[in-house]
Amino acid sequence: MSYCLIVDDSAVIRKVARHIIESLEFETDEAADGSIALKKCRENMPDAVLLDWNMPKMDGMAFIKALRQEENGKKPKVIFCTTENDAKHISQAITAGADEFVMKPFDKTILETKFQQVGLLD
Amino acid sequence: MTPDQFNFLRAFLKEHSGLVLGEDKRYLLDSRLNPVAKQFNHASLSDMVVALKRPGAQKLSDAIIEAMTINESFFFRDMTPFDNFRNIMLPHMLKERATSRKLRIWSAAASTGQEGYSLAIELLEQKSKMSGWRTEILGTDLSTEALAKARAGAYTQFEVQRGMPSNLLMKYFKQQGAEWMVAPAVKSMVTYKPFNLLKEFRSLGQFDIVFCRNVLIYFDRETKADILQRMAKQMAPDGYLVLGAAETIIGLSDAYKMVPGVRGLYQRSADKAAIPAKAKTTAAASDRWKAKKATAIPAVKPRTARPLRAVASSSRTNLFAKNR
Ligand SMILES: C[S@@+](CC[C@H](N)C(=O)[O-])C[C@H]1O[C@@H](n2cnc3c(N)ncnc32)[C@H](O)[C@@H]1O
Repeated sequence: MSYCLIVDDSAVIRKVARHIIESLEFETDEAADGSIALKKCRENMPDAVLLDWNMPKMDGMAFIKALRQEENGKKPKVIFCTTENDAKHISQAITAGADEFVMKPFDKTILETKFQQVGLLD
Repeated sequence: MTPDQFNFLRAFLKEHSGLVLGEDKRYLLDSRLNPVAKQFNHASLSDMVVALKRPGAQKLSDAIIEAMTINESFFFRDMTPFDNFRNIMLPHMLKERATSRKLRIWSAAASTGQEGYSLAIELLEQKSKMSGWRTEILGTDLSTEALAKARAGAYTQFEVQRGMPSNLLMKYFKQQGAEWMVAPAVKSMVTYKPFNLLKEFRSLGQFDIVFCRNVLIYFDRETKADILQRMAKQMAPDGYLVLGAAETIIGLSDAYKMVPGVRGLYQRSADKAAIPAKAKTTAAASDRWKAKKATAIPAVKPRTARPLRAVASSSRTNLFAKNR
């Protein structure tokens, strides 16, 4: 089973996302900010990361830059999932190494389509 | 509304739009037509039906038909048809039409435009292979409201996220307030026009590729068979037909053959070989997404993974440079 790490400072969003992603038959784990997420990635590199942008301590941008420097850090498909919803942020995320970008609010159809598009589902 | 009136409306809809409503669908009529009755100042559906029976009730008649259409659509809906477009249909046409360099595509139930624009974007992504080509995408639909939205080319955040990959969103859309507008370069490739599939097709001309998706499901067998048969006559001898995921020609028409190993893709029958072996190889090598169903296409690097960086920095500017 593939493994997806959900990184968001809101417990509610994590729960909603977790519910959807588990229904896509992923194992999941949660992290409340980038630094916790990075630690978890070092222990067990996920196949996918659903990543919020604004978080305390280490935000999504800092996280993805650090992740991509890690050994094996290019492996996970990283999907930003954030209230930022303008072209500038999307471009920035993509330049930093994100594979896809979801603008909140999202639903199951949107997450599922994005997962398909980056090749996480068959 | 009396049972007679209910049946009158069912017959009316079948005759004018092909829509077949089961006897158990009364709630659907109620919920969709009550607003129409109000709009035309009728106290009840019953009164509205009486008015509909009078001669000259064209406006009311159109509004009823319109209100019963289901316009749901997504960009790159179901993905596989668009993978097939890129990997099988286009390579075939690029080869077979190398001299005429003309390609005509019909989105036969275009709805709010997502299908036509997805095809236009696929063509633009292949621009380097298509210099000097004249391509035309015609989108037709019964619903003038849906077509107005298609022509406007403005979509909500929700709508673009249902199917449009972020890199293509950056490249071919521009954000305007809460909406995302399709780039003029994409828009200019598609023509939208009201057209009823129950009507004679001849005026539309001949097509190389027909997307007729998620509309036949609303019709009865006879109507489906009739449309498919007449559609074949509007298609080039090697033309492709693409149906929706829940639709098939099996048992309905012998004017098409299935493209072997490719689900949901048909080609007019009684002519040249379907896919040259070479096109199949291309399919495997450049597939953007994992094929959803177990077709012969192995999963390779998705296209989204490739040009993101370049896209993020440059292409958007180019496409919109003109209308700044
Ligand atoms: C569910 S949408 C399909 C949109 C798109 N092809 C897709 O697959 O996403 C069905 C469309 O068929 C149109 N339609 C229904 N009956 C029709 C008819 N008799 N002639 C033309 N279009 C019709 C409706 O107006 C509606 O926009």
